[in-house]
Amino acid sequence: MTDFSALERFLQTDPRDVGCEQALAVLHVYAEFVASGAEDPEGRFAGVAAHLAVCGPCGEDFEGLLGTVRTPPGAQPTLRDPD
Amino acid sequence: MDAESVAWLRALREDREAAAARLHELLLQVALREAGRRAPRLRITGPELDDLAHQAAADAVVAVLAKLDDFRGESRFTTWVYRFVILELSSKVGRHFWARDGVRLEPEEWGQLPGRLGLGPDDRAEWEETMSALRRAVEERLTPHQRRLFVAIVLNGVPLDALVVELGSNRNAIYKTLFDARRKLRAALVADGYLQSDDAVAP
Repeated sequence: MTDFSALERFLQTDPRDVGCEQALAVLHVYAEFVASGAEDPEGRFAGVAAHLAVCGPCGEDFEGLLGTVRTPPGAQPTLRDPD
Repeated sequence: MDAESVAWLRALREDREAAAARLHELLLQVALREAGRRAPRLRITGPELDDLAHQAAADAVVAVLAKLDDFRGESRFTTWVYRFVILELSSKVGRHFWARDGVRLEPEEWGQLPGRLGLGPDDRAEWEETMSALRRAVEERLTPHQRRLFVAIVLNGVPLDALVVELGSNRNAIYKTLFDARRKLRAALVADGYLQSDDAVAP
């Protein structure tokens, strides 16, 4: 049987998705929240998390920002980043 | 507000030139490292990529200085400014693609889509009808603007940030158009029995 899961995922839209503008407006706050190891960032920032999961460009920006917050310029990388 | 953020704000207000130079140094490090992280996916390397990082850092400093009063201390100051340089880098990369590769809004590359969706030639008979239904929905259910963006991004693989430059638009407007297009297409495929029902509303 043909697996249409990729098509399903591509066409799936999340009603919580806040869009690029709102997600980018709080990206620095969300990145620090995630980097701090605080509980349930996806729940606290549900609309932002929903957006970053499906928007490639915003997801890429978030990954870059999170990595920078976890390992700032000049800082030595740790053996294991806290997740 | 943390002490380091307070110190940055004070320095940028009281000793602007020296502090702006330090800020530029910091943001350049971030831009170079971030450009390096993205390099394998960008097909840009060496001096060309470094140049984009330098441009991003310079423009980010200008943007930060212009918006200094907008900083509310919701995060550390450094995190706030990292965001500026990372978004600037994305913008520079999008413009670079736009200038180097151009933006193909047509014709559609429908032949690539099944492979990207993990549909192989062996079970073509099973998915061909669904792909035809999707193509029909793109042609009949989407507005001309939605169809144009769908073709460019989904079928022709144009980076969203390059399309922003081409159309003089912004990321959010293009994303929202695609969001609505995806919702319409899904509804059409559900209505015709190709996919199972699920609720979805606009952001």
